[in-house]
Amino acid sequence: MGLDTTQRGRYWDNDTAMKTYDAIIIGAGHNGLTNAAYLAKAGLDVLVVEKNDYIGGASVSREMQEGWIYSSCSYVCSMMRQTIHRDLNLTRHGLVLVPYLGTVSYGDRGETLISYTSEEVNYNALRRHSPHDADAMFRLHTDLARYAQLIRKTLLRTPPDPTSFRPRDIKELLWLAKEFWALGEKELYEYIRFFTMSAADFLEDYFETDLIKAAMASAGIIGTALGVQSPGSAYILLHHVMGDVDGNIGAWGLARGGMGAISNSIAGALKELGGEVRTNAGVEQILVKNRKAVGVVLENGDELTAGIVVSNLDAKRTFTQCMDKNDLPEGIYEKAKNFKIRGSSGKVNIALSAMPKFTGVPDNRYVDRGGHNFVGSLETMERAYDCWKHGRWSDDPFIEAVIPSAWDPTVAPPGKHWMSNFVQYCPSKLADGPWTPEKRDQFGQTVIDKIERYSPGFKDLIVHMEIRTPHEIEAEIGLTEGNIFQGELTIDQLLFNRPFPGYAQYRMPIKNMYMCGSSTHPGGGVSSACGANAAREILMDLKRGNTVPEDDCYDE
Amino acid sequence: MSGNTQQRSGQHDFRQVLQPSPFHPRVEEHCRVKNWTSWNGYQTARVYDTLAAEYFAIRSSCSVMDLTPMEKYRIGGPDALKFLNRLVARDISGLKPNRVTYVLWCNDEGKVLDDGTIFHLRQGEYRLCSQHHQLDWLLISALGMDVSVIVETHEIAALAVQGPTAYSVLTAAGFEGLDQLKPFGILYTQVAGFELMVSRTGYTGDLGYELWTDPSNALALWDAVFEVRDRGLYDLRCIGLDALEMVRIEAGFIMPADDFNTAETTVRAGHDRSPFEIGLGWVVNFDKPHFTGKQALLREKSRPIKRRLVKLAIDGNKPPIDSFLYDGKKGRRIGTIKTQIWSPILKANLAMADVEYRKGKLPKEIWAEIYYQKELEWQVSWARCRISETPFWTHPRRSATPPQSF
Ligand SMILES: Cc1cc2nc3c(=O)[nH]c(=O)nc-3n(C[C@H](O)[C@H](O)[C@H](O)COP(=O)(O)OP(=O)(O)OC[C@H]3O[C@@H](n4cnc5c(N)ncnc54)[C@H](O)[C@@H]3O)c2cc1C
Repeated sequence: MGLDTTQRGRYWDNDTAMKTYDAIIIGAGHNGLTNAAYLAKAGLDVLVVEKNDYIGGASVSREMQEGWIYSSCSYVCSMMRQTIHRDLNLTRHGLVLVPYLGTVSYGDRGETLISYTSEEVNYNALRRHSPHDADAMFRLHTDLARYAQLIRKTLLRTPPDPTSFRPRDIKELLWLAKEFWALGEKELYEYIRFFTMSAADFLEDYFETDLIKAAMASAGIIGTALGVQSPGSAYILLHHVMGDVDGNIGAWGLARGGMGAISNSIAGALKELGGEVRTNAGVEQILVKNRKAVGVVLENGDELTAGIVVSNLDAKRTFTQCMDKNDLPEGIYEKAKNFKIRGSSGKVNIALSAMPKFTGVPDNRYVDRGGHNFVGSLETMERAYDCWKHGRWSDDPFIEAVIPSAWDPTVAPPGKHWMSNFVQYCPSKLADGPWTPEKRDQFGQTVIDKIERYSPGFKDLIVHMEIRTPHEIEAEIGLTEGNIFQGELTIDQLLFNRPFPGYAQYRMPIKNMYMCGSSTHPGGGVSSACGANAAREILMDLKRGNTVPEDDCYDE
Repeated sequence: MSGNTQQRSGQHDFRQVLQPSPFHPRVEEHCRVKNWTSWNGYQTARVYDTLAAEYFAIRSSCSVMDLTPMEKYRIGGPDALKFLNRLVARDISGLKPNRVTYVLWCNDEGKVLDDGTIFHLRQGEYRLCSQHHQLDWLLISALGMDVSVIVETHEIAALAVQGPTAYSVLTAAGFEGLDQLKPFGILYTQVAGFELMVSRTGYTGDLGYELWTDPSNALALWDAVFEVRDRGLYDLRCIGLDALEMVRIEAGFIMPADDFNTAETTVRAGHDRSPFEIGLGWVVNFDKPHFTGKQALLREKSRPIKRRLVKLAIDGNKPPIDSFLYDGKKGRRIGTIKTQIWSPILKANLAMADVEYRKGKLPKEIWAEIYYQKELEWQVSWARCRISETPFWTHPRRSATPPQSF
């Protein structure tokens, strides 16, 4: 190990008189910051280098129009590990997670499905559509809870390497096997089937009403280059309902002040622990000597040395853009190149002069303050996917909208609002040539045209728009192809296969090099889990005491 | 001495049983889930809609709560100050007009009867607010003094407006002068054409105000506040008692009768508590003339403390409801949890707990034995507890003057 573990903090390289850090983390995404915080907590001298002039990556708040603060990328939160929030004192560093409630789903013919937080009130609302479906909703929730409990337990654990015979891997494999076997044989088959099923087929077993199916299926495609009919989308659905807010499984929350509050609070904890963050410091290349990572070269030519290097970037970018191919062991470059990371979503952030009104939604503020889900129907969503397959953005897209300012007084001026629109589908490469600003604006136009259909007069309220296609998302925060999860969440890229089989324990094929971003287990979403898991592994290698807390469990 | 026990609006209605507050028409309309309970004889909402949303209205935007059922007494007459300063353990002789202070009072044995606040309304005129009814004790204490004690619980409609945007909301509703109103200050003002009193007080630990007016103005006051929401300016939510319970524990405020047994209701020997035993020694002033319980408290002060109500943060996420506490994991039993909540803002279990001292010292490591249920099966776990000497949660906006806009 190129690190003097007997010495706390910094030491100096005699030859160059240049400071050598214990660890350099590339990227100030929330996972990079979490990783750095836990390393700093163990006494390491850490530096985070970020290419942008702001931190947070995809968990960021930005004021693009004076007075309005957008969560530019991610907009809602439910996977954030509560135990990390508590352990790093993120509340003291400014983080408040506020649940938002009451989502409306819109059908093609203007019909609305209103969902409440209270199960019983929700039951009453569903009965308007179908007494059968209202009843089956309980079965669906129980089944999802059963599937999700298993995955939830793995979030703050390092996946075992099934090919290794180290006692630790065998122990972890046995633990996983035990958890799976506890399901019972029939359930186990159901579960495996579930991983490879489409969301639409899965929901077919429960519901007769198309709007209910469409509303529930939408969670199965978010951030994914799959349609509601594509195998694998059922698992994505699970990924989006396994989180919780204060133990309310499946609930989602907003970060007060925007999603940047998450990254900023972690950075606050990191700085308090003695860590350093440097912005405007993009990494050109990871330096490797004798098959060991020894530091980084910045875009401005500066060389920084470190005992270990941790990448918060996605696996494809890390290996194909930030490393010399010759430094890599055989096969890794190809694995990284073939890593599935197709972008499928856009984001349109809109500053509004007032709260929009939606047709078919009762004027009841307990209802219309949550999300607005423009799903249409299963068929509309599938057609939206067809467009993507043909290299076009959807002409009638699926939009998941949230109006954070309805809950958070800090993100828009009094009486004004902003609306976050997550849009599918939008390809990273268009069939008719590269993205241009004009095409980007046309994509935005498609989105507001659709919203206007459900909210006449909506366009008159628009003060400012930020339109983000996968092209912008990649250019700004380096998510390859604009894939929001730093790599697709399909079974071949999950758990001990994430990012690649054999490298799921945060250690990379080069010595002293690690990964800590969403490309690693448990994958995309604002959870801090990847960063924390990686820190635990690193500290183990450095023979430092573990600083990462155990997860709060709700599933025993 | 004169005691007014005949109430204008306190008449009992045999069909209604529980009393409606002057805000009731609005409260009933907002209370979607009809989760009612009773508070001091009034029909009161426990939850209006969704507990999580109500809680976060207090911590993230703005909450409104009907405070009318709180016990209120008007104390006047030439001996008013003398009477109050003999009643309560804190020295209130320096309490200026238009200021409020927190107090508790004891019986002759130095055991706590209740806690509350004293408002110095006008020179020589006071309002005492308490958790529980105190008329009997107040009249006993007033013997031989030229003081009037009037129950005004039912004569004053009170509304708490609390949360980060409370100042912005009230200012938008037309309240003037709030920018200069300091914590524990009182302001007389007008809104919507009637007089009312505003105090910068509350039970939430956040920025907030309490509004006091004649019951005939109650609905107009409510509407004036909610008009701010209807104009789309700021979000407002009604909150019930359940949300209040969460924030008051976060803020470290104790609740007599829940966190400790009040002397007045104690039947069993040793089940009452002194101010020191509930961590409120800081509101006992021995360097003032005689007050009820002083001799007993002086004696107690000279002995090592036996027990104390403490603020405990409990590791993990299992609710330590009614848990026993131990000196070390599986060690000697040393106390119990009295009240507890999950704090959504801190992501932690917080509790008020009664803990025994040994030779005047706290146990080194406190552990809770927690029983919890999963799908009707009971499980047990142990969790480390940590004492917090300061409120679990505070925010600078609570005391900033002029207040911040959110
Ligand atoms: C549009 C969109 C919407 C989303 N919505 C949600 C949501 O609502 N809820 C949710 O939970 N998740 C959502 N996600 C997913 C979630 O935001 C991400 O999975 C998560 O934020 C990734 O965090 P990370 O720390 O792993 O990586 P990133 O946030 O990607 O951080 C990587 C960092 O590295 C920096 N970087 C890149 N290249 C270099 C370089 N060469 N040198 C130095 N620094 C570099 C980047 O600028 C960035 O700061 C969304 C993502 C997107 C894009």
